[in-house]
Amino acid sequence: MTAPFADVAAVFRRDLKLAWAAGGGAATPVAFFLGATTLVPLAVGADPRQLATIGPPLVWITAALAALLVLERLFQADLEDGSLDQLLLASTPLELIVLAKGAALWTAVGLPLAVAAAPIAIALQAPVAATPVIVAGLLLGMAAFIGFGVLGAALAAGVRRGGVLIAILVLPFFAPPIIFGAASAAAAASGTPSDAFLLLSGCAAAAVALGPLGAAAALRFQAE
Amino acid sequence: MLTRYANPARFMALSSWAMPLAAVLAVAAFAIGLPWGLLYAPADYQQGESVRILYVHVPAAWWALGIYTAMTVASVMSLVWRHLLADVAARAMAPVGAAYCGLCLVTGSLWGEPTWGTWWVWDARLTSMLVLFLTYLGYLALWASVEDETRAARLAAILCLAGFINIPIVRFSVEWWSTLHQGPSLLRQGGSAIDPSMLTPLLIMAGAYAAAAAAIVMALMRAEIYRRRAMAAATRRAAQPA
Repeated sequence: MTAPFADVAAVFRRDLKLAWAAGGGAATPVAFFLGATTLVPLAVGADPRQLATIGPPLVWITAALAALLVLERLFQADLEDGSLDQLLLASTPLELIVLAKGAALWTAVGLPLAVAAAPIAIALQAPVAATPVIVAGLLLGMAAFIGFGVLGAALAAGVRRGGVLIAILVLPFFAPPIIFGAASAAAAASGTPSDAFLLLSGCAAAAVALGPLGAAAALRFQAE
Repeated sequence: MLTRYANPARFMALSSWAMPLAAVLAVAAFAIGLPWGLLYAPADYQQGESVRILYVHVPAAWWALGIYTAMTVASVMSLVWRHLLADVAARAMAPVGAAYCGLCLVTGSLWGEPTWGTWWVWDARLTSMLVLFLTYLGYLALWASVEDETRAARLAAILCLAGFINIPIVRFSVEWWSTLHQGPSLLRQGGSAIDPSMLTPLLIMAGAYAAAAAAIVMALMRAEIYRRRAMAAATRRAAQPA
């Protein structure tokens, strides 16, 4: 019997190590992010004015898709090798353990994606002055995506090749953070004041609070 | 085994007459409502004849939302009381709700072209109905993907509850965009804004959609209970030495 905090810290460290150990960890989603955003000017043309209007929203969409990539194995590996049964036996509530796993994912993948968004947004002609808002927004946005993502990952944990299923389950939940996130980025790029950032924070708070609750409930049924 | 099917047995007895009754009511209401709305109701002074699409569109929208709400209630019952019948009901309602939601989107698009001059706009109401449709698809996809039926039911119930929270959030977040779709005309302060000559066929059509949904859902539930009984009987036979 260990203290909840020690368990949470141990799970966080373990998942962080696993994320970085297996095949480059965060490098893969960041590379996807870069590759997908490179296609944007190839499709819409290199006109800087046109890019300036669609660049920041496309950074948001691509970052959301990059976050989807890492969800498939989040609980699947734990379910297959029996770690999930051990986590269920722990005295620490499963909700906290899921929160720790989500926090590790945010640190390993969400943080690098948000940082990588700065050069990508500038390349897509967003004003340099707007990049701090875009990066800060994506830090919150990644928390929202991962919060809803852990729910989708937990629901699809027992499904072989569950990646597409997770995307179908989770994308409707990405709608509110995408709306406010892209709106906050567009407002920063055009220099207009906007309270989209506050509403984005609300989405992130709701996702981080509710996602692990639903995910833990789903995982209990997965292990039954 | 008998106790497990105690309540489904009661449902089977009830639905053996309620299902045909709902089916007859649905056919009758469609037989009155469809010609009334599509042929005899007055044309709108602004929209002309295209207003008739709304007799198909509006009830589909109402019941697409209504069925999702009913699924959420069934999901709560499934999670709290682990009731087999609640699982079967939620599963049976999903395809009907998805079909109504799809019908609402298609007829709305057909109405939008002559009235608004566009097949589709990213308006708050349209976008949130599309998200509801995607939520229905995700729900059905989850059911189809998980092999163990009890587990699929519990997981789908969690997804249904989460989607129920998401839909009003999506609704309010897309309110940010200027809305083209009209506000409510029926349940509003000061009473209905629809003339009785149009409201009566609309309400008959709403009743027809409800009765049709009830009949289809009960038929699907009965089929599922028969299937489970057949599988249980097959398992029992296989377990007994010949």
